[in-house]
Amino acid sequence: MHECTAMAANPTVLYPPPGSSDSPATSAKLLTVDNVSLEYRTRERIVRATHEVSFDVYGGDRFVLLGPSGCGKSTLLKAVAGFIEPTAGSIRIDDKPVRGPGTDRIVVFQEFDQLPPWKTVLQNVAFPLRVGKKLSRAEARERALHFLDKVGLTAFADAYPHTLSGGMKQRVAIARALAMQPRVLLMDEPFAALDALTRRKMQEELLRLWDDASFTLLFVTHSIEEALIVGNRILLLTPHPGRVRAELNSHQFTKDSAGRTDFQQSVARIHRLLFEDTEAVQ
Amino acid sequence: MSTPTIPSFEPVALVPPVREEYERSPEPLQDVAVEAPLPFGKRLSNQTWLRKALIALVLIGIWEAAARAVGNDLLLPTFTDTLTAFVQGIWSGELIAKTAISLSVLLRGYLLGVVLAFVLTSLAVSTRFGRDLLSMLTAMFNPLPSIALLPLALLWFGLGTGSLLFVLVHSVLWPLALNTYSGFQSVPETLRMTGRNYGLKGLRHVLLILVPAALPSILAGLRVGWAFAWRTLIAAELVFGASSGNGGLGWYIFQNRNELYTDRVFAGLAAVIVIGLVVEHLVFDTFERLTVRRWGVQR
Repeated sequence: MHECTAMAANPTVLYPPPGSSDSPATSAKLLTVDNVSLEYRTRERIVRATHEVSFDVYGGDRFVLLGPSGCGKSTLLKAVAGFIEPTAGSIRIDDKPVRGPGTDRIVVFQEFDQLPPWKTVLQNVAFPLRVGKKLSRAEARERALHFLDKVGLTAFADAYPHTLSGGMKQRVAIARALAMQPRVLLMDEPFAALDALTRRKMQEELLRLWDDASFTLLFVTHSIEEALIVGNRILLLTPHPGRVRAELNSHQFTKDSAGRTDFQQSVARIHRLLFEDTEAVQ
Repeated sequence: MSTPTIPSFEPVALVPPVREEYERSPEPLQDVAVEAPLPFGKRLSNQTWLRKALIALVLIGIWEAAARAVGNDLLLPTFTDTLTAFVQGIWSGELIAKTAISLSVLLRGYLLGVVLAFVLTSLAVSTRFGRDLLSMLTAMFNPLPSIALLPLALLWFGLGTGSLLFVLVHSVLWPLALNTYSGFQSVPETLRMTGRNYGLKGLRHVLLILVPAALPSILAGLRVGWAFAWRTLIAAELVFGASSGNGGLGWYIFQNRNELYTDRVFAGLAAVIVIGLVVEHLVFDTFERLTVRRWGVQR
């Protein structure tokens, strides 16, 4: 089929598990999604959102779920987060099945109302540390300030969310998620509600944070360019219901490669995979 | 035959000229004020209390004029008469004592109603059965005027505070529960998921996520409940006082009406109004300013 299966091994080298010095250090499998089918219910019918989707996320991956609207990528992310139970298949993290939401998988949503408006920026970041990780007040505050510094919002620590711009709100949400140090950071189109300039800046910042704090990321988007820039590996899904179309590598691209010919070729290839071929099949 | 004249453009070339590019680096503003205070009159008219005081003065003026026109202080005493009766009532301590009795019953009934409403709505958001229970109960009892339950309450709890508390709870519980529940319903799904993501469940989820997020609705419910409670209490006291022989404000109004002290009746009513205004503006408004307005969830 595609040559990309030959390069399937995770190219990113991060955090070799201690004691495994036999092979050149690559990270281990962290999240396994195995033949997962998801359904959601409306009043009249049961709608299948995804059908037998499988993929693996390795430690340190920036794994992107990409597809047209209606391919169930957000539903898939919510299933990984534990908000939705799969009708078939299994989701395993560190080889333990996912049962319900948990603090090892923190979600950054697209909507700005994910920040409780009754808490200041600092309290917003410290809140999950207090209730989810049971840190003491001082520890939570210290860690929250550290991660607010990472996203450049120290000056706004005492501001309420309604006084912030959209990009700043998303930064708070990212800082809050990073402060929890989850096994996987789940992002559900986090920049989709931002204007184009802010969105670009946020993509750069996310990559900088990843360089700096090195976390594992599962990222949902409907923008091909965003997928290529943010991700190192991309899962393409078909619409209605979502099925796996391809799994591609994009670790060779950075924020500066948008003008390169191979980047443009990749965009064209993904576009063809997503739209033209499926139309021909249908 | 004349051809219709079609307005047409002169055939001009639609190619804009190529203009010079330029770059600038703006110099720091020197003598342009970026911010300036509003003029004094504007600032004055922006004071809510000032505007409201003006309204109150106009109303009092109308009252005074109407009372002088009627000229019968048994029917409509003037504002000055009422004020005198009010001051005398406070001076003699009678009005204060009656108010204290009413307020203590009122607060007990109100708090009991609030607690019950919280329990009911918490049940309603966490279980389907609770939701059905709440919607059934509110549909059944909300339309019933509390005072209509008073005869029944007297039968069950006797002539005293028990009956008053019963009707008070009834008057507070349903509107507050309805408001709180609709507030809980309108909490954004994202916020709920955020809470669950941090492992919040059950009562902790309700207390840490739903209650603050629904606070505007809850506050509206608390205001409505407070007004309903006052009404019910005064009406119930008009019937039999607060506890045997020791009446509250309603009793004060009723007694003075029997003895034709119409100015004292008005003073009693004024006391109800003043307490209502004070609670509305000092308690509820302050709470609102410190919470929902500060958080930007309500203007």
